[in-house]
Amino acid sequence: MFTYIVRRLLYSIPVLIITSFLIFMFVSASGDPLNQVRQIPRVSQKTIDNIIERKHLEEPLIVQYGYWVKDAVTNQFGTSLLSDEPILPDIRRVLGNTMQLVIMAEIISAILALLIGVVSAVRQYSVFDYAATSLSFLGFSTPVFWLALLLQILFVTIYLKTGTRVFFTGGLSSPNPSNFWIDRLQHLALPTITLVILSVAQYSRYVRASMLEVVNSDYVRTARAKGVRESRVVMKHALRNAMIPFVTVLALDFGGLLGGVIATETVFSLDGMGRYLIANLSERDVYPLMAWLMVTAVIVIAFNLLADILYGILDPRIRYD
Amino acid sequence: MTEPEAGRDRTRDAANQPLPRDAELGSETSAPVEATAPPVGAPSSAIPPSEEPAPSGSTAQDAELESLYEQGLDIKARSQWALARRRFLRHKLAVGSLIVLILIFGAGIFAEQIAPYSFSEQNFEDGNLGPTFHNQHYFGTDVLGRDYFSRVVFGIRTSVRVALLVAFLSTIIGVLIGAIAGYFGGWIDNLLMRFTDLMLTLPILAVLLVASALLGEGSPYRVAIILAFFFWTTLARIVRGSFLSLREKEYVEAAKAIGANDRRIILRHMLPNTLGAIIVNLTLTVATAILIEATLSFLGFGVRPPTPALGKLIEEGQGEMLIGHWWLVVFPGLMIVAIVLCINFVGDGLRDALDPTQRRTT
Amino acid sequence: MGAREPILSLRDLQVEFNTDDGVVRAVDRVSYDIYPGETLGVVGESGSGKSVTVMSILGLIPQPPGRIVGGEALFRGVDLLKVSKPELRRIRGKDVAMIFQDPMTSLNPVFRVGEQIGEALRVHDPELDDDGTRTKSIDLLKLVGVPNAEARHDSYPHEYSGGMRQRAMIAMAIANQPSLLIADEPTTALDVTVQAQILEVLKTAQKETHAATILITHDLGLIAEIADRVVVMYAGHVVETGDVETIFHTPRHPYTLGLMNSLPRVEADERWLKPIPGQPPSMINVPPGCPFHPRCELRQGRDICRQETPLLESIESSDHLARCHFKDELRGTASKFAEDQEVAS
Repeated sequence: MFTYIVRRLLYSIPVLIITSFLIFMFVSASGDPLNQVRQIPRVSQKTIDNIIERKHLEEPLIVQYGYWVKDAVTNQFGTSLLSDEPILPDIRRVLGNTMQLVIMAEIISAILALLIGVVSAVRQYSVFDYAATSLSFLGFSTPVFWLALLLQILFVTIYLKTGTRVFFTGGLSSPNPSNFWIDRLQHLALPTITLVILSVAQYSRYVRASMLEVVNSDYVRTARAKGVRESRVVMKHALRNAMIPFVTVLALDFGGLLGGVIATETVFSLDGMGRYLIANLSERDVYPLMAWLMVTAVIVIAFNLLADILYGILDPRIRYD
Repeated sequence: MTEPEAGRDRTRDAANQPLPRDAELGSETSAPVEATAPPVGAPSSAIPPSEEPAPSGSTAQDAELESLYEQGLDIKARSQWALARRRFLRHKLAVGSLIVLILIFGAGIFAEQIAPYSFSEQNFEDGNLGPTFHNQHYFGTDVLGRDYFSRVVFGIRTSVRVALLVAFLSTIIGVLIGAIAGYFGGWIDNLLMRFTDLMLTLPILAVLLVASALLGEGSPYRVAIILAFFFWTTLARIVRGSFLSLREKEYVEAAKAIGANDRRIILRHMLPNTLGAIIVNLTLTVATAILIEATLSFLGFGVRPPTPALGKLIEEGQGEMLIGHWWLVVFPGLMIVAIVLCINFVGDGLRDALDPTQRRTT
Repeated sequence: MGAREPILSLRDLQVEFNTDDGVVRAVDRVSYDIYPGETLGVVGESGSGKSVTVMSILGLIPQPPGRIVGGEALFRGVDLLKVSKPELRRIRGKDVAMIFQDPMTSLNPVFRVGEQIGEALRVHDPELDDDGTRTKSIDLLKLVGVPNAEARHDSYPHEYSGGMRQRAMIAMAIANQPSLLIADEPTTALDVTVQAQILEVLKTAQKETHAATILITHDLGLIAEIADRVVVMYAGHVVETGDVETIFHTPRHPYTLGLMNSLPRVEADERWLKPIPGQPPSMINVPPGCPFHPRCELRQGRDICRQETPLLESIESSDHLARCHFKDELRGTASKFAEDQEVAS
C-alpha cells in the first residue's frame, strides 16, 4: 500500500508537468495578455514596456513557460500583470474559504444521497422513488446560478417581511459578529444549500443505481437465504458493496464541485476561488488565471489519488502490487 | 453523465428483445450472398445492393439471393426502428416532453411572429410591471419597460441555436475520434484516452470560462465552437468502448474474413450498432450545452448583447431582483429549466428505446 | 412411501412475473412432495420454473415483479406462503438451506469467507460468541474438504477457486443442520472435473445432516447419480413425477421420453442424437391446452391437446404421475436406457 502511494505520487509528477504545460499553452494561445491593459488610457507605454520586460513577453513561448514555472515554484506563482503583489497568498485565502464551503456541502450531500438513494433502490417504483427521481431530474436540469438567485430572493423576502435574519444572502462574515462561527454558518448556509441540492440530485441517482445493481445480486440473495434480517441485508451486505463506486465518485467529483462554486460564489459574493476566477477573468489577467488552473489541477489530481486509495481500502479484490 | 460500458454484451441484450428473430434474419440471409460474391471487388456483400450495381454476369440465383438479402435487411431495419419507436411512445413523459420541446423550439424559431415586442424595445409607460396580461406583458417588464416575454422568446432562439451547433459539431468530432481509436486501437487510442483523462483534470466550466473569456468575444457562434471543442470527449469514449467490443463480434470478423475494407466495416457493421448511444448522447449534449451557455452568459463571458441570451437576461434581471422585480430572474430561468428538463426526459425515453444497454448513472 | 409424512408439500403453487411484455406465469399449479431423508431431483430446461418454485416458497424472488398468486407450501405442516416475514426468516438458513448455482457470485466479495459462514451460524444462534463461531466455521470448512481451513477461514472469496467457493457455500448451507437442503444447479457453473468432487461433498453433507434434498438441475446424469425420485418440469408445469428408475426407463410423458432419448449413451455407438424438435415456448405466450403440444410427437394433430390442459394423473394408481392426455399410448414404450438395462441383464 505504501509503495503504491509513493508510486502514484511519482506518477503524478509527469502528469502535473504536462498539465502545467498545457495550461500555459492554452492560456497563451488564447491571445495577447496585454490586450486589455493597452486599452486603459492612463497606462503609459513605459508601464507596458516594463511589464513586457518583467514578464519576459518578448521571449519565445517555451522560455516564458520556463520563467512561469520558476516563478510558480520559487516565487509564490509570481505576480499579476499590474501589481507587484505575489499571487499565492490571495489564492491561499480564497481556497481556504472555498474549502469550508465545499467540504461542508460534500459531506451533507453524501449523507443525503445515501439516504435517498438507498430508500429509492429498496423501495423501487414506490411513491418515494418516483418523487426522488422527479426531483433529481429537476435538480440536474436547473442552472446553479439561478437556484442561488431563487434562494437569495426567498431569504431577502423573508428578511424584509419578518425582519429576522435567518441566513445572510451575501458575503462571508458580518463586521462585528457576536459569535463568529454562528455568523459564518449563517453566511455559508445558502451557498451550501445550493451546492447540496445540485449534488444530491446527481449522487442520489448514483447511489440508487449502484444499490439496484447490488440488491438483486446473488450474494445478497445468499444473505437472505441464510436468514439474515432484511435491514442488515441492505445496510451490511448491499450497502457495503454499493459504497465502493460511490466513494470513488465522491472523490473524483471534487473537481466538478470546484466548478460548481464559480457561479455560487459569484451570486453570494463569497470571497472564494470561484469569485477570484471571475474577477481575474474580467481583468483578463492571465497570471492569476494560470495559477488558479494549476492549483485546481493539483487538488483534482490529489483527490484522484485519494479515490484510488479509498477504492483499495473498500474493495479487497484490488491489489496494489 | 453517462459512462461507456464497454464490457457489456450488446447482442445478448438484443436477444432479450421481443422480436429477435427478425433482427437475426438480416444477418442470416446475408451469409449466402457473401458466399457467392465475386472474390475481386468483394465488398459488395457488405453494402445493400442499391448502393452498388449488381456485378455483371450475375446468375438468376444471385439475383434471387440479392433480393432475399435485401428483404432481410429491410425487415431488420423496419423492425428495429419500429421497436424503438414503440418503446419510445410507451414512455408518456418522454412523448409529452418532446411535444413541449417542439412548442418551445418553435416559439424560438418564429420569435418575430410570436413575440409581441422586439428584443430591446423600450416602453417607459409600461415599466416595472409584474407578470400581467396588460399589453401582453406575460413575464413582466423591467425599469426600461422592455417586455420580458419577448426577450425570453428571442433568448430561446440563441440558446437553442448554440446548443444544437455544439451538439452537431461535438458529435461529429466525437464519433470520428472515438471510431478511429476504437477500431484501430494502438497509439491513437492511447493518445485519445490520455487526452480525455487530462480533460478531466480540470473543472470543465473553469476551462470553458477562460476560453470563452479570452476567445469568445460574446459571439454565439464562437461560444458554440469553443464548447464543441471541449464537449466531444464523452461521446468519443462511448463510441470507442462500443467499437472495441464490436470489433470482437463474429459478424465483424466474418466481414473482415471476406475482405471488406475498414471503411465499409465501420459504416455498415459497427456504426449502426452504436447509433443508439450516439443519438442519446447527442440529446443529452444539447441539455448540457444549454446549461453551460446560460452559465457563461450569466457570468458575462458567454453570449453578450446585442445578441439575446437567456443567461444574460437573468444577469440583467439580477440588478433589479433585490428591488422586488423577481420576475426578471424567475421567468428566463424557468424557461431554461423547462427546456433542459424536457430534453433530459426525451433523452431518457430515447435511451430506453434505442440503447437498452446504457443505463442511466446520473 | 405414501405412509410417511412429507417434510415439504407443494400444492398448486402459482407464481407470476410482471414484465414489460406481459405477465409471465413462471410456475403454474405446481405440486410435489419431498419426504425426510430422500433426494428429489427436479429436472427441466432453463425457464421451466424449477428454480422459481423453490425460491418463491422461501421468499427469495424479488417482489415485485414476482408475485405468488396461489397455492400452498406446507413445511412440516406450516404453510410457508402464509407465515410472517420474521418467521420465514427464522426458517431460512436454519430448517431450510439453499446452495446456489454460481459460487463465483454467490459469496459477498467484500467479506471474509469465514465471516460469511459465521454469520449463518450467528443469525440463528445469537448466544454464540466470537471464538465459538470461529471454531464452528473452521470445522465446517474442514467438513466440506477445504484444505488448510484455519488460514482459509480468513481469506476473501476472490482468493478461493470456484470449487472451493462452492464448498464454502455448502458449508454455509449445512451450518445449522437443516432438515431440508435445496441445491439449485450446484455443479452447473463448475469445471467437469470439479463437478464430481462437489457431488461427493454434497453427499457428505447429506450424510452429516440427514437432510432431505431437492436437487434442481438440467443434468440428467446428476439425477441418475443421486436422486431417489424425479420431478420433470416443462413451461412452469410438472409434467411427470416418479421414482428415478421409472422416469428413466418407462416414462409416460412424451417430453420425458424425448429428453431421455436425446441423451447420448457412453456404451452405445450412436451415429445421431435424437433431439426434441422445436424450442421451449416463450413464457409470455404459453401454448393453450397442453403446453408441450407444438413439439409433441404423440399428438398427431389431435385437437384435445390444443384445447384442454391435461391433469397430472396417477398411472395405474402408483406413485408415478404424468400430465398427458394420451399417456396410456406410451404404455410399454421404453426409453433407450431401458434397452441398456435389458442388454446388461
